[in-house]
Amino acid sequence: MDKPIIEVENLSKLYRLGLIGATSLRDSVERWWYRMRRKEEMCKKVGAKHLMIEPDDPQAGPEPNTLWALKDVSFSVQKGEIVGIIGRNGAGKSTLLKILSRITEPTKGRAIMRGRVSSLLEVGTGFHPELTGRENIYLNGAILGMRKAEIDRKFDEIVDFSGVEKFIDTPVKRYSSGMYVRLAFAVAAHLEPEILLVDEVLAVGDFEFQKKCLGKMGDVAKEGRTVLFVSHNMGAINQLCNRAIVLENGQAKFTGSVNESIKEYLKGSVEIKKQYFQGPLSSVLDFQEVFVNGMTGSDIFIPSSSDITLSVTGSSNEDIPSFRVTFAVFKENIRVFTMHDVQHPQLLPKGKFKAEVTIAAFLLRPGEYSLTIGGYKGGGQEWICGSDVIVFGIMEEWSLKNESVNIGIINVPHNGSRKVIK
Amino acid sequence: MIDKNTEQNNLEVIIQPNRSWFYIDWRGLLHYRDLLFLLVRRDFLSRYKQTILGPLWFIIQPLLMTIVFTVIFGKVAKIPTDGLPPMLFYLCGLLAWGYFASCLKATSSSFIENAHLFGKVYFPRLVVPLSSVISNLFAFGIQLVAFLGFYFYFKNFTLAGASINPNLFIFVLPLLVLQTAAIGLGVGLWMSALTAKYQDLKFVMEFLIQLWMYATPVIYSMSVIPEKWRPVLAINPMAPILESYRYAFFGTSSLNFNYLLISAVTTVFVLLSGIFIFNKVERTFIDTV
Repeated sequence: MDKPIIEVENLSKLYRLGLIGATSLRDSVERWWYRMRRKEEMCKKVGAKHLMIEPDDPQAGPEPNTLWALKDVSFSVQKGEIVGIIGRNGAGKSTLLKILSRITEPTKGRAIMRGRVSSLLEVGTGFHPELTGRENIYLNGAILGMRKAEIDRKFDEIVDFSGVEKFIDTPVKRYSSGMYVRLAFAVAAHLEPEILLVDEVLAVGDFEFQKKCLGKMGDVAKEGRTVLFVSHNMGAINQLCNRAIVLENGQAKFTGSVNESIKEYLKGSVEIKKQYFQGPLSSVLDFQEVFVNGMTGSDIFIPSSSDITLSVTGSSNEDIPSFRVTFAVFKENIRVFTMHDVQHPQLLPKGKFKAEVTIAAFLLRPGEYSLTIGGYKGGGQEWICGSDVIVFGIMEEWSLKNESVNIGIINVPHNGSRKVIK
Repeated sequence: MIDKNTEQNNLEVIIQPNRSWFYIDWRGLLHYRDLLFLLVRRDFLSRYKQTILGPLWFIIQPLLMTIVFTVIFGKVAKIPTDGLPPMLFYLCGLLAWGYFASCLKATSSSFIENAHLFGKVYFPRLVVPLSSVISNLFAFGIQLVAFLGFYFYFKNFTLAGASINPNLFIFVLPLLVLQTAAIGLGVGLWMSALTAKYQDLKFVMEFLIQLWMYATPVIYSMSVIPEKWRPVLAINPMAPILESYRYAFFGTSSLNFNYLLISAVTTVFVLLSGIFIFNKVERTFIDTV
């Protein structure tokens, strides 16, 4: 067998948390001052005034406020494989891609990439609004690592693919956002790397565009190239990848077939961790426990004839004048519906709270559902969101109200009638 | 096609921490040379797009500056200009200084200005400051042509023409331009590396360039400085360059080759250390912005 095209050995990355930039000059001076006076313990305390990470956290680094975003991750990928990388927010997926695409350097360990690497962490990187479409194709292509001769050769193809021939000599600032993204993607799609690193950020945009992206990735794989694909979208992972790596707390928790990996990923959804949550309110608000009909943990199954009560407990560090908790239920990455604990955002007093919603019986079809919990402040600017905090199943159950032939995403209990018209 | 395939087959990138200070990805830099030229093109095209006068601004800006200097330093403060027409004197000073200042300013913001780009895609970061230096060279070229126009006018059609004596040293000027670029790039690389860590410095930059200009014989000639202080001024690598410009074009100023030598040594040191520090910072820069 050939040498693996990607070889990753004990890759680790340590991040320093906190207010970097504004205070770092002061911190540097302080640190130097203590070091000069050989006060090691004081030296370590510098910058630790705002402790953000508890010392007993599994990811805590050697100094206060440092965190192992990635710790001792090892794996190898053979040529032609499409490997999915799954994990929650903060599990280290993006850090891994950043290191492999050489945007930042690891703290420990090493990786060997045997081939030309292109990373699609965002399309349209380096587009200049004042330049024309033509000029931007060249510039963007060069930024992504193409030589000029290569772009010359593919230029017509890129323009064809993007469908913006008419506007190719117009500055891109006059483009509609759709045209802009199409042109950007067209350039990216014509890279011919041996290793392609793709972040799910790519999959923003409309449905059509996502389909195009995924289709293109499938083509790339058929040509025998290697793809590393980071996503939250289990559907896409399942469809595209041969193999997956589950990252949790910066460590590779599981490596194996796609199906097993997805199972492993969803199983990890028992306790809610602070780092699952994103958004400006995550510094103020904390979700702690989530229950489905009073049950928590994995392997929750609810008979379809039963009402389903979703509840979440949490606490707030301060009074939030207007706030509502959002419950969003997903099935195979389709957002089935969204509910809120209160009809209009209202005061959430400082301290603990419990929010609850109920879904009527027979509304959900049998299958596996995942719950996303979040919330927002009136006006919508400040929010918090955590995906897939718990997974529950609706059991198949013989009932006239939930017949197996009533295929669909949701179930509408039988209410039809028929008359014979003469 | 063939070229590309062989390149791909041999490619093996090892990603690991704590590489030597002196490790520079020369091969990568060579591969991205097309990007260098496209960035130069971008800088040049985008700067004056949608302006009516376009590239003429490259000339108008220093010209307006010259007029201001002629009035303030020449007419009001009456700083001697070695018997040269003040206008030509300042124009020459600003030509040489302008290229340095624009290189320094552009390269010193390399990290901060391109953070969004650096955070998304890898390419040898050195391409960005190099492209700034080259694109500013075009502006310098345009300004040089304008300067030569004035130069011929003053030399051939005014009474002051007699005091303008160009000499063979003019052929050394391209080297001096190169040196100017090297100092600008070197100091700019240092500043960009430091600014990436301590963003306070970006507010200091403008002021620093101003201050440096007054420490360089741009609006005055070295000859107004008392003899014993001249070596102090020569620590500034730009000072002998400015003097050399005037010597070459006008035959005024006394050229001291020792100063030029010191300046050259300083330049090499600043440029090399700048490249290494930039290279060091580039590897983890994105973690701190």
